[in-house]
Amino acid sequence: MAKQSHLKNTIKESFRMAIESIRQNKLRSILTLLGISIGVFSVIGVMTAIRTLESSVNSQLDIFGSNTFMIQKSPAIRIHGGGNDKIRKRKNIRYAHYEELKQRAKLPLRVSVVDGTGERNIQYKDKRLKKTAELSGVDEWGLRSFKTYLADGRNFMEDDIRFYRSVTILGPDLADILFPFEDPLGKEIQIKGLDYTVIGVTERKGQAFGQSQDYFVMIPISVYIQRFSNRWTSLAINIEAESTEMYEKTMDEVIGLMRVIRKVPPEDENDFAIISNEELMETFAGFTGGIKLFAGAVSVIALLVAGIGIMNIMLVSVTERIKEIGIRKAIGATKRDILTQFLMEAIFLSQFGGIVGVILGIAGGNLMALLLNVPAVVPMDWAFYGMAVCSFIGIGFGIYPAWRAANLDPIESLRFE
Amino acid sequence: MADLISLKEIKRHYDVGGEVVRALDGIDLTINHNEYISIMGPSGSGKSTLMNMIGCLDTPTEGVYEFEGELVHEMDDNQLASIRNRKIGFVFQTFNLLPKATALRNVEVPLIYANITKSDRIEKAKKALISVGLEERMHHKPNELSGGQRQRVAIARALVNDPSIILADEPTGNLDSKSGVEIMKILDKLHNAGNTIILVTHEEYIADHADRTINLFDGKIKEDIRSAKRKVGA
Repeated sequence: MAKQSHLKNTIKESFRMAIESIRQNKLRSILTLLGISIGVFSVIGVMTAIRTLESSVNSQLDIFGSNTFMIQKSPAIRIHGGGNDKIRKRKNIRYAHYEELKQRAKLPLRVSVVDGTGERNIQYKDKRLKKTAELSGVDEWGLRSFKTYLADGRNFMEDDIRFYRSVTILGPDLADILFPFEDPLGKEIQIKGLDYTVIGVTERKGQAFGQSQDYFVMIPISVYIQRFSNRWTSLAINIEAESTEMYEKTMDEVIGLMRVIRKVPPEDENDFAIISNEELMETFAGFTGGIKLFAGAVSVIALLVAGIGIMNIMLVSVTERIKEIGIRKAIGATKRDILTQFLMEAIFLSQFGGIVGVILGIAGGNLMALLLNVPAVVPMDWAFYGMAVCSFIGIGFGIYPAWRAANLDPIESLRFE
Repeated sequence: MADLISLKEIKRHYDVGGEVVRALDGIDLTINHNEYISIMGPSGSGKSTLMNMIGCLDTPTEGVYEFEGELVHEMDDNQLASIRNRKIGFVFQTFNLLPKATALRNVEVPLIYANITKSDRIEKAKKALISVGLEERMHHKPNELSGGQRQRVAIARALVNDPSIILADEPTGNLDSKSGVEIMKILDKLHNAGNTIILVTHEEYIADHADRTINLFDGKIKEDIRSAKRKVGA
């Protein structure tokens, strides 16, 4: 008579018995499973969504190009409240600051200036905008500051800025709206009723966060300041270092110069903000870190509740099957056989629930990615953690009911009706 | 031939609410291979306790229990489970089948705990079911079987591991007389085929099937009668 290894056999048979018992109690098993699934779903769903958001934000936040940073009055992202008054009271960054910095700074590859506002009153003949467009005042480095390229036409020249020329470069969306059937180059459009000659159209960049990145118009910064600035206008200065090695030094020089130019006393902190890709990503990481922690805590509670559900079901299952346990013991089941059987059942329930949760979670996270129009990410590590936690729950919350079953007295259990 | 079972000075005392109940109070008993024994006695005489003791479900408070040379009174739970699995076949009054498993699966279960491969298990279980005349009902669940058929499944389950003894506790107690007769026929046949059978009953006519009748009273053996005649196929 062929015998097989005890452990393998026990596990195989317990597995089979677990499936049998789950099938025989479908509704109860599904409800238990649902608890686990929801717990795992919440973890995986949130993690997938955050991952997706992160990867997309990180690629979007990479707005400056390499070795580039920006100086402006207030920080790009302010998550924590407070300190707003202090920032508001800072002096605006004016064109003169930029000119002085540009003149005195030795290290930067380029120092350029930008500012922007929303403007809807843009038209060509009878074609008008329905939505407010981003209007930017830039210098000859504007395209580079916005990490875009010309598709057609020419860039701004120093003379355009120096001589306040009314010229403009259009984003492709604007070009499409204003010139559906014409070549925009050389045509006169009206912005706030004043004429501008179209000198260029940029390349198409597509969408980010469900918003077009091509719905903008650029004009020379000098013209912008003349026509669109007010007492609250504060410019942004975009600085590019020669190389990665020179980045820190360049930043130090610029900060020092800005403090001198803006007459910041040595004991005071900077009255301007330095924004870089790294800083944006760090700020965002701090933000998502908080969400992750919160989601993690909620999920732990959900899984704990699910675990208690499993324990409850398993205790009911043991009580319901006292007679069965007695029979099995009478015909030769050891304590370990019974323990394994019930433990397997608990683990199987939690694992199956976990798998369902992981699948739903990834699907949910990806659905969000689809809605945001960003590439989807599958958090394999979190799927793995989720499953590991499920096993842990299965064992942790299944062990007591299984232990109780295993230690039932066979005579008593056989007598049980 | 060596003794199959030997009980010496077996005592089993229970502590019920501070009062000691002497369920078995000094039992000396030797059982040989191929004996057909019935254990009788009024309720409370210790029948069930003796049956559990012989069936290795219970261990004595005092005394020596040898089963084919193995010292049962010294065994732990796992060893008891193993000896039950290998050497004892139980037939209960209430059948005690797994309600949601088919007849075949029920008979297979002892073999699972004996670590026998699946194909061998199925083969042996089928053979056992055929030997009790249930080849047609293998894939039915207990609630689709009559009482007599259920008890036959239980007998097949008891037989499937080739046990040294078959312990039948009131095997006909829950059956109509016709089914009861059938079951007793099967047990007689098993005895004739060389099996050792121990019956626990309070019915005289059931006990008459056996060659030896042990009467219990107050946890002691009152009588141990060997009848000369054997009622073969009665």
